[in-house]
Amino acid sequence: MANVKRRGFLAAMGASFLAGCTKIGQTEAGQAAFDASESWHRIVHRFLGNGRLVKEYDASAISPTFRGNGTIDPDNAAYRAAAAAGFADWRLEVAGLVERPLSLSMDDIRALPQRSQITRHDCVEGWSAIGQWTGPQLSLILDEARLAPEARFIVFRCADNLNGDDYYESCDLDDAYHPQTIVAHQLNEEPLPIKNGAPLRMRIERQLGYKHAKYLTAIEAVASLDDIGKGKGGYWEDRSGYHWYAGI
Amino acid sequence: MTGRKRHAFSTRLWHWINLVCVVILFMSGLNISNAHPYLYWGDYGFRPAEAWLSVPRFPGWATIPDFYSLAQARDWHVLFAWPMALILLFIWVAMLANGHFWQDIRTRRREWQVSEVVRDIKAHLRLDFHHGAGKYNFLQKLTYGLVFGIILPGMVFTGMAMSPGLEPSFTWAIELMGGRQSARSLHFILAWTLFAFFVVHVLLVILSGPVWQLRAMITGRNPKAATPAGEA
Ligand code: HEM
Ligand code: HEM
Repeated sequence: MANVKRRGFLAAMGASFLAGCTKIGQTEAGQAAFDASESWHRIVHRFLGNGRLVKEYDASAISPTFRGNGTIDPDNAAYRAAAAAGFADWRLEVAGLVERPLSLSMDDIRALPQRSQITRHDCVEGWSAIGQWTGPQLSLILDEARLAPEARFIVFRCADNLNGDDYYESCDLDDAYHPQTIVAHQLNEEPLPIKNGAPLRMRIERQLGYKHAKYLTAIEAVASLDDIGKGKGGYWEDRSGYHWYAGI
Repeated sequence: MTGRKRHAFSTRLWHWINLVCVVILFMSGLNISNAHPYLYWGDYGFRPAEAWLSVPRFPGWATIPDFYSLAQARDWHVLFAWPMALILLFIWVAMLANGHFWQDIRTRRREWQVSEVVRDIKAHLRLDFHHGAGKYNFLQKLTYGLVFGIILPGMVFTGMAMSPGLEPSFTWAIELMGGRQSARSLHFILAWTLFAFFVVHVLLVILSGPVWQLRAMITGRNPKAATPAGEA
């Protein structure tokens, strides 16, 4: 009898602990604590990393395939038509707070100095894959467009629409100018497959996979992320509350 | 010992803050596990067919929050990683400084003799918790030592090794663990090792007199001062 009661009591304690946690997490104070923790992680990571590179692997480490996740085949007429034409007319716009807006063709992008890197891709879900990515450093493109002094973030616009919203992402200038941040047009020395973001995708190697925007159409320099999308700096950030700083 | 606190203030502070952190980290961790419940060895891994372990799905009553949300679970997890790691650093400094580690946790060579260990295990099985002059017997020293020295620091290290933002400054540690997916597998194994410790630990506290044990761990009050020696 006493045992049953005690068990009931423990179960009730457990349930109210859980309900309490769930509630606290959704209060403003809870959210403020989560946000603070996110930015402390970023500060510590930047302090310790100090601009250094992530590990680059040997060719033997490349995983036999490279998983595609999220959108793996953008479902819209314009993208379909571009894919059917082999992405020959694809353009990458560089706009926003820049002194010289650009519109780059695939040939322009291939003509820039290239960086090739074999890196590990870590998905927020927990899995990892390794591949070789090739393309110009984002810093070269930003320097050519001449970033205005007010610019603080780089926004990446994409051709895919997921669950009714356009995919986009953003990063700060520290990541934008990191030597391994490239606009990739090749995976394992072949043009990007559609599931991995053809014809262009970002590589932002110090962050989780959802930051590496695929099907890239435009790069926009901005002073604030407040007026972009729902203001949290990315599709998953807006939709599900994922960290904007996804280096954790 | 009579008259002295059974547990130092630093130990009591660490013990209860750590409990809150570890419970939240474990339960939010189980929610994170639901996102991709397959574990791999090596640097990469994403195909369930190549997993060494396919983890069962954890139900809502075992996770924080109590429904599937990778984003919110990660919010809780990376927030409580801070106090857990910092208080661990604190207790190590305090234990080394106040002598608790040297006197009560460190084991001596002679305690490792098989006959001694067997006697200890037998006494435990008889639920006989007398252990002479020392604060903890050999098995307690060993398990507490493993918790302080291996499991909890291991959780922090393997946790840090999974963060891509730490990778540039932590490459050596990831390589030491055999790659990021190995670090993730080790993190998971250590989490369940800690859970096993937790169950046995709480059971032994209940069996050995939960009231004085808890009072001692909260207020520090030394039971030997008040209760018959047999009970302590
Ligand atoms: C400072 C301490 C810790 C850090 C930095 C940390 C970090 C992390 C990270 C980054 C993940 C995500 C792994 C993934 O991508 O799948 C994770 C998962 C997890 N953590 Fe922790 N953690 C810490 C402590 C703990 C503790 C103390 C426990 C349990 C007692 C725990 C239990 C788990 C579990 C069960 C998972 C899910 C494993 C998986 O399937 O990936 N963590 N942790
Ligand atoms: C409801 C949960 C818990 C209760 C009621 C509890 C209770 C206690 C008590 C009464 C002691 C003192 C034992 C003695 O003096 O012989 C103790 C010591 C200890 N507990 Fe717990 N505990 C709990 C959870 C945990 C957890 C989750 C951990 C670690 C992850 C932990 C780690 C330890 C350690 C390492 C000691 C030794 C402390 C020292 O002397 O330095 N406990 N616990």
